Amino acid sequence: MTKVTLIQAGGTGAPGPKPEHPPSLYEKRNQIYPKLAHGKFRAFKWLVMAVTLGIYYAIPWIRWPRGENIPDQAVLADFEGEKFYFFFLEIWPQEIYFLGGLIILAALALFLVTSLFGRVWCGYTCPQTVWTDLYIWVERAFEGDRAARMRLDHAPMNFNKAWRKTGKHIVWLLIAFLTGGAFILYWHDAPTIARTFFTGEAPLTAYFFAGVLTFTTYALAGTMREQVCTYLCPWPRIQGALTDEHALNVTYRYDRGEPRAPHRKGESWDGRGDCIDCKQCVQVCPMGIDIRDGAQLECIHCALCIDACDDIMKKVDRPTGLIAYDTDVAVAARACGEKPRYKLFRVRTALYAILIAAISLLMLWGYTTKSTYEFNVLKDRSPPFIRLSDGSVRNGYTLKLVNKATNLRTVDISVEGLPEASFEIIGLGTAPDNGTLQLTTQAHGVDRYRLLVTARPEDLPSRTTLRVQIRDTATGEIAEADAPFTTGDQ
Amino acid sequence: MTDQKRDIDEVSGVETTGHTWDGIKELNNPLPRWWLYVFYASIVWAIGYMIFMPAIPALPGTGMTNTLGLRGHSDRAVVAEQVQALHTERAAAAGRLVTASLSEIETDMSLQQFALAMGESAFGDNCATCHGAGGRGAKGYPMLADDIWLWDGTLDGIEYTLRHGIRHMDDPDTRLSSMPAFGRDGLLTPREIDDLVHYVVDLSGREADQAAVNRAAPIYATQCVSCHGADGKGNRQLGAPDLTDHEWLFGGEPRDIQQTIYSARNAHMPAWQGRLDDPTIKALAVYVHSLGGGEK
Repeated sequence: MTKVTLIQAGGTGAPGPKPEHPPSLYEKRNQIYPKLAHGKFRAFKWLVMAVTLGIYYAIPWIRWPRGENIPDQAVLADFEGEKFYFFFLEIWPQEIYFLGGLIILAALALFLVTSLFGRVWCGYTCPQTVWTDLYIWVERAFEGDRAARMRLDHAPMNFNKAWRKTGKHIVWLLIAFLTGGAFILYWHDAPTIARTFFTGEAPLTAYFFAGVLTFTTYALAGTMREQVCTYLCPWPRIQGALTDEHALNVTYRYDRGEPRAPHRKGESWDGRGDCIDCKQCVQVCPMGIDIRDGAQLECIHCALCIDACDDIMKKVDRPTGLIAYDTDVAVAARACGEKPRYKLFRVRTALYAILIAAISLLMLWGYTTKSTYEFNVLKDRSPPFIRLSDGSVRNGYTLKLVNKATNLRTVDISVEGLPEASFEIIGLGTAPDNGTLQLTTQAHGVDRYRLLVTARPEDLPSRTTLRVQIRDTATGEIAEADAPFTTGDQ
Repeated sequence: MTDQKRDIDEVSGVETTGHTWDGIKELNNPLPRWWLYVFYASIVWAIGYMIFMPAIPALPGTGMTNTLGLRGHSDRAVVAEQVQALHTERAAAAGRLVTASLSEIETDMSLQQFALAMGESAFGDNCATCHGAGGRGAKGYPMLADDIWLWDGTLDGIEYTLRHGIRHMDDPDTRLSSMPAFGRDGLLTPREIDDLVHYVVDLSGREADQAAVNRAAPIYATQCVSCHGADGKGNRQLGAPDLTDHEWLFGGEPRDIQQTIYSARNAHMPAWQGRLDDPTIKALAVYVHSLGGGEK
């Protein structure tokens, strides 16, 4: 320890002592060797790992028949076809706000969970946690548990160390490649890309992203680990604002544990805390911290220290739960000899829940009532209007018809707003007086037609609003769009 | 400042460069190592690049525009390849388009969409310079979207114009006619021309000096009627415009008309046969036909 002396400024005018070395802001990383924990949280974490990894690897293979010439992959971000598929959901580019809504929902869900149970996302389901856990499992398989790994790292290079390290990195790389490889399955037809990837026919982006994800998985889960959470991830900082004294966090119950001291079998527990300072909680911690220092930014709340401590408490015959999911308020209350009170229902949790429900309903309503047509009428900008030889005026428009349904549909097109006008669609001819034109829209696609509207300009203002309507002859569904009709430059 | 002992900064313990500005000394810290390594790596990369890729231009005496590099890469060749690939991809639809008639194109929606897309882009590249976006036209360059045609508004007629041009003298089949310069060549006197202007204004349904109109009637009957017709409706065989409508290629004011009669206007359009391939010309014809004025 360096002794720090404060010198009062001013007065004598004597200069203060010069530091011999400038202080370094760089902190060297200490290798962490997490010990394997045993207990209910460890078991639960294995289960969560199996489920999340299972979901990640299996989902692209699920088929979901939608119709002819439409991808049958349940979850697919189809860039070529400009569509996003999620089971029964189908999102077109012009409906991208649904994805925005999903992201807002995900954020709010995270807020709610954090205000209730603290950083459970970090501790159980964050990909960084899951893959790091998997990598440590591989590491343990090759190099043994904490003590063996420490010994191996300090041992000089020999055949034993070489093959264990090599084997570990090979398996790590394999997992990394499977991770990166599975990622691209979400962007292409999975069976196809799984084949073409190895025959060299896959698009360059597929190789690029598989490579990037392979690298990041290997680097982040294999070598960077806790540094990602502490230094790279913004989430711990955000969580600092979301969690509060009523949130259930992995907490060391200092009211029960202090004063801590080593304990020999047979000694009295009077006048001391239950913590025997065995440091098992520190040894199992994948972040290399001491939970007894209280809530801290590095802690991902994985609850493995709870397992480790419970093990020890059983051995020394004290009640378990010295480290447990608890709230700051409750621990403080107990420390003052009061009865702890838990408040899961608070203004913020209620607010989050209401917002989630409201946005879900809004999106559900939006999705179920959305039109199966997207219909636009785009007026020609050049020329803005055309005078014909008989003195009448014609305007040209582009009709853009998006049929989101998976079947061919026949629609009637009519133009309203100009009673005396006649209209024609290139390729379909002129509509009978005040009548309609009929056309068949392709299934699940976009059609473009040119519409020409002609009217006598004498009785018209320079600008009139036209309403073009399409009506599905089978279902009666109607879509409308407005466009101006101009007769002059003004 | 020079030839002194190494000047060590007291606070940081780093040697200074000896330069002082307003009492502030510059530390002589070395370049960061990562920066140096990136710098060295880029030198190695540059050498490799010069060996493998075209790099050095215009070597005198070699007859080459540039070194080719071991890979023999050429952006030009890549573009040619892509253009070829595009033609290959289009070949089937383009082949159908070239021989299709108007009714075939109108009934085959996919062929029509293909032709319109191809025509629109070709129009933007080649035609819009004079005829304007969407065929809106300009003084001297006909509007293509209305129903007024100088020569022919059918699909075949438009294609013929595209292929052979108008008054394009390198093409024997070009659409050809020429109005005499009545004033400049002394065929009519200035006064007779002034009277004719009144006559033409009267033809287009506007108010004109009736005395002048009457004076001009025999001149019109002898000089103009063979092309523009007795009723002034023009003659598409000769590309002679209708004088009774409101559309004036070179302006409809008396001044403009006077100028036209005096020195004649014979506009040109180049022949596109040989400059554009057959599918493109056909697609252009379909596009122009679809702008609104297309005739059956």
